[in-house]
Amino acid sequence: MAHATSSAGLPALELGQAPGRIDPVLLLAGLAWAGAAAVTLLWPNATDDWAFTEELAYLAAAAAAVLALAGLLPRAPGLARLRRAGPWFLVLGIGLAVWEIATAKLDLLPRPFFAPPQELLTVYIDDWPRLVECVLASLGLLVTGYLLGAITGFVTGIGLGWSRLVGYWVHPVLRLIGPLPPVAWLPVAFFTFPSSWAASVFLIALATFVPVTILTWSGVASVNSAYYDIARTLGAKNRFLVLKVAVPAAMPHVYVGLFMGMAASFAVLVVAEMMGVKAGLGWYLQWALGWAAYGNMYAALLITALMCSSLVTLLFKVRDRHLAWQKGMLKW
Amino acid sequence: MVSAALAQAALPPGMALSVERVSHGFVLQDELLPVLQDIALDIEPGEFVALLGPSGCGKSTLLRLIAGLEPPRGGRILADGAPITGPDPSRVVVFQDPTLYPWRTVWDNVALGLEARGILKSQRHRVDQALELVGLARFASALPHQLSGGMAQRAALARALVNDPRLLILDEPLGKLDSLTRLTMQGELVSLWQRAGFTALMVTHDIEEALFLATRVIVFSDRPARIVEELRVDRPYPRHRDDPELVRLRQRILERLGLGGSW
Ligand SMILES: Nc1ncnc2c1ncn2[C@@H]1O[C@H](COP(=O)(O)OP(=O)(O)OP(=O)(O)O)[C@@H](O)[C@H]1O
Ligand SMILES: [Mg+2]
Repeated sequence: MAHATSSAGLPALELGQAPGRIDPVLLLAGLAWAGAAAVTLLWPNATDDWAFTEELAYLAAAAAAVLALAGLLPRAPGLARLRRAGPWFLVLGIGLAVWEIATAKLDLLPRPFFAPPQELLTVYIDDWPRLVECVLASLGLLVTGYLLGAITGFVTGIGLGWSRLVGYWVHPVLRLIGPLPPVAWLPVAFFTFPSSWAASVFLIALATFVPVTILTWSGVASVNSAYYDIARTLGAKNRFLVLKVAVPAAMPHVYVGLFMGMAASFAVLVVAEMMGVKAGLGWYLQWALGWAAYGNMYAALLITALMCSSLVTLLFKVRDRHLAWQKGMLKW
Repeated sequence: MVSAALAQAALPPGMALSVERVSHGFVLQDELLPVLQDIALDIEPGEFVALLGPSGCGKSTLLRLIAGLEPPRGGRILADGAPITGPDPSRVVVFQDPTLYPWRTVWDNVALGLEARGILKSQRHRVDQALELVGLARFASALPHQLSGGMAQRAALARALVNDPRLLILDEPLGKLDSLTRLTMQGELVSLWQRAGFTALMVTHDIEEALFLATRVIVFSDRPARIVEELRVDRPYPRHRDDPELVRLRQRILERLGLGGSW
């Protein structure tokens, strides 16, 4: 892996090369997006006259201009990331053109299940207030349930690792309900809780609670006993041992639990919104499906994916900051 | 409060320790593995006692009992005449392995004892002094994984010293240092002990180190450990390694350890 080729197999100009050189990959990417713009604008649509076809072409052209400019300009510090994503922009540009041709231009894919890109654009332009509302509703539900589950799971996990009494009562319960998929509780939750929102918060919290509890517990259980011995000889009491020794030592495990809990909470969120909550992205997906509004469905799916991956990225950032001490000790 | 402080002040800086017929062992595969057998040892305030013995004989185990981390199976241990019931910051241990807390900076590691006792706010300067003493002032904000083995051991020493212990328990604290740093640290340890007046109890594998530092050297047998030899080292400090009296004592210890012919 010298600097001859990047991991994508394309000629790469890595950082550290002489500044001011043009970037051929970004230029190619610009070309691909310009091609997509031209295809969209100049090639007439096959059957329907899709709304926002021209606007899509202009957007693609704007992207092409930005990419080409970035490829030509002497490297500004802010453009380093754009450069690294060069091969991706190239592939995405080609993908956009192929998608456009296969749907709007040639009608190769069965309609209405496959929407052309301008249909998504239409949804975002026409229906954005409702989409924003749905994102906020989903986020509110998810964050409430996730935080509740993560905090109770963390506390329970420490209790399990620290106290025999807690272990005696909680361990069997965890053994019984831990392996059960949280959505299995859905019917019960919906009629025992006063509202479907409260039921969903409970289910999301439960989905997060189980992995966070188990990993916090295993983290506390695997703390090097010499850490306790040293702290005790230096005058530490139980409270200090828990908060300043057990908890920080267990944190790497806790974060694994937080990631697993987050993945589980996404699944429960979408299912709960599809089954009962009258708001949120899951509800929107279900609604779009009911009306055979496939463009809306794809648009909402894309937003859901972006929301989930942003939350995971955020958690990664928090962990990297919090566990910076691990850097240089472990491979990430 | 005031009377407690006065009582504290009235105590000598060093702790008196008496180990009374202590026996200990571990259960391994349903069998008791005897490790310490009838150990009796009286240490006066301000003494510097070195423990020598074969590997695995039970030296670290004895130190753990004195630290109060485990109760002995037989006999009892008194600190200033009172039975030891648990760990106490007046008896601080520097373990064989430095075991710094990897998520804390060197400074925060050294500050741990003061923080645990809730007196860090008013005593921050002591952390700086301790780091200065072991030559790690420049590494105060480093993380443990950025230290060399010897630096980590010095940080562990600073973490103990910052508590002003009355009994300093050292389990091969200089074992990981290169021979040059080791000689420097031995000198530092002596002058520190002379200045602060604490009682020191140190395990070492190095006979010369024991003779250079200690007022008394105790030699243990193979496991289960018994005391086979007790030597007073009545030489003034600073000592010289080629002092004929020390050479003679070394010969005697080597014989006791079954190595008389060598050297
Ligand atoms: N927690 C334990 N459980 C079982 N056996 C133990 C335990 N701790 C120590 N031992 C055993 O006790 C014996 C003495 O151990 P100890 O660590 O005290 O030896 P040591 O004299 O310090 O040796 P070294 O000089 O190599 O450090 C060893 O045989 C060891 O296997
Ligand atoms: Mg040992």
